[in-house]
Amino acid sequence: MRRIKTISTKNITKTVNKGGCGECQTSCQSACKTSCGVANQKCENKNNQ
Amino acid sequence: MVHQYKLNGYNIVLDTCSGSVHVVDDVAYDIIAMYEQFSKEEIIAKVLEKYSTMPDVTAEEIEECLIDIKGLKATKKLFTEDEYENLAIDYKNHSNVVKALCLHVAHTCNLNCSYCFASQGKYNGDRALMSFDTGKQAFDFLIANSGTRKNLEVDFFGGEPLMNWDVVKELVAYARSVEKQYNKNFRFTLTTNGMLVDDEVIDFANKEMSNVVLSLDGRKEVNDRFRIDYKGRGSYDTIVPKFKHFVEKRGGKDYYMRGTFTHNNVDFTNDILHMADLGFTELSMEPVVCPPGDPYALTQEDLPILKEQYEILAKEMIRRKKAGKGFTFYHYMIDLDNGPCIYKRITGCGSGTEYMAVTPWGELYPCHQFVGDPKYSLGNVWTGVTRKEVQDEFRSCNAYARKECRDCWAKLYCSGGCAANSYHATGSINGVYEYGCELFKKRIECAIMIKVAESEEE
Repeated sequence: MRRIKTISTKNITKTVNKGGCGECQTSCQSACKTSCGVANQKCENKNNQ
Repeated sequence: MVHQYKLNGYNIVLDTCSGSVHVVDDVAYDIIAMYEQFSKEEIIAKVLEKYSTMPDVTAEEIEECLIDIKGLKATKKLFTEDEYENLAIDYKNHSNVVKALCLHVAHTCNLNCSYCFASQGKYNGDRALMSFDTGKQAFDFLIANSGTRKNLEVDFFGGEPLMNWDVVKELVAYARSVEKQYNKNFRFTLTTNGMLVDDEVIDFANKEMSNVVLSLDGRKEVNDRFRIDYKGRGSYDTIVPKFKHFVEKRGGKDYYMRGTFTHNNVDFTNDILHMADLGFTELSMEPVVCPPGDPYALTQEDLPILKEQYEILAKEMIRRKKAGKGFTFYHYMIDLDNGPCIYKRITGCGSGTEYMAVTPWGELYPCHQFVGDPKYSLGNVWTGVTRKEVQDEFRSCNAYARKECRDCWAKLYCSGGCAANSYHATGSINGVYEYGCELFKKRIECAIMIKVAESEEE
């Protein structure tokens, strides 16, 4: 593709079947305590990586 | 749903529902913007007209780009359909697991910060310290309600938790003594203002705490405007050397320097950079949480300034990283390769369901921000959650709970946002705290831009 460069990302659609183990960190528990964000949470499910 | 924006010289296209990120040139940027609304012929005509002075933009070339876009759509990397709404409702309805507690071991504080959301640690109530027995019961409640979840998180919070340090240590010892038996792995966090930090605290915390959150607002004059003791003396000179020592001895374990910015320091980037210049590398800076009428509350006039600050910060972070002086900003951490699954992204922060706060008296609240508001009391650590109707209200919070969220490109990054912020801003946990949304969206745009910049370097 000459005009489009795609950055390597995890495709979220593929996590529908294997996701949801719930072992990841609670989003508010890390540093913010005031503004929810989930994008920076690490996935802890090896089957989903 | 696609979100397109231009930042720091990059044209970025974000495919919301797959999480795909594309960097494109001006021509592709315009074509993608038109793709779902216009026919192939219309797009070719419009692009040729706009770029008539550019000889390399031909009809064939535009057609080639359209084929590329079609391919990305077919492989679910662009214009991906949103098919997640029902997943959020089903997942939360079927989960009764508690996996994290914010343990308010001390409703008292040795600092007297006027901007404190917790009213100097008292949460609009009495001063109190949690007893070991109450804390132990909180751990038993957590273990009993955690189902098969192995990783359980407990944040020792306050007020100032070091004012009840002996109980913290006893509770850690208790949790460690039972975790194997129940097949659990406790991850502890300590959130402290630093005033009572000494070598004994540092050594214990560095052994036991997965994470420590160290409160510092940045520059001395900024920190000492609010973070003062009961005699009115600023805390900066006391805490900064302690924090430096703490972090030096941490040996690479997680920590965050965590500040709050207010209307008084809308140039908060300078405070983040000040902390970086002090040698700290893991940084977090949050907008103040307070009623709109407070003199230090952020105003509508501040909003464009704050957005610009986030851009300045992102560009400076790229520059410093190249110069070998990089640092982490909590809100710009975004893991594109190994980020959270769709369930994490749509089910909200978990307050009131998988995450709860415990007062020194063992009462349960949906999160630390609701502590002291009787309307939101859930029960206690002995009886468990007895006010199911309140819990159900929180169970309904997710990335699709509000109409505005359903149509928002950032919903899979914020998961519907902070229920407490919504409540404080609108009177309802299902309201929309637009100011916070604006800041959040700007942060995500910056975070993704940094990733794009890094990928261009490779």
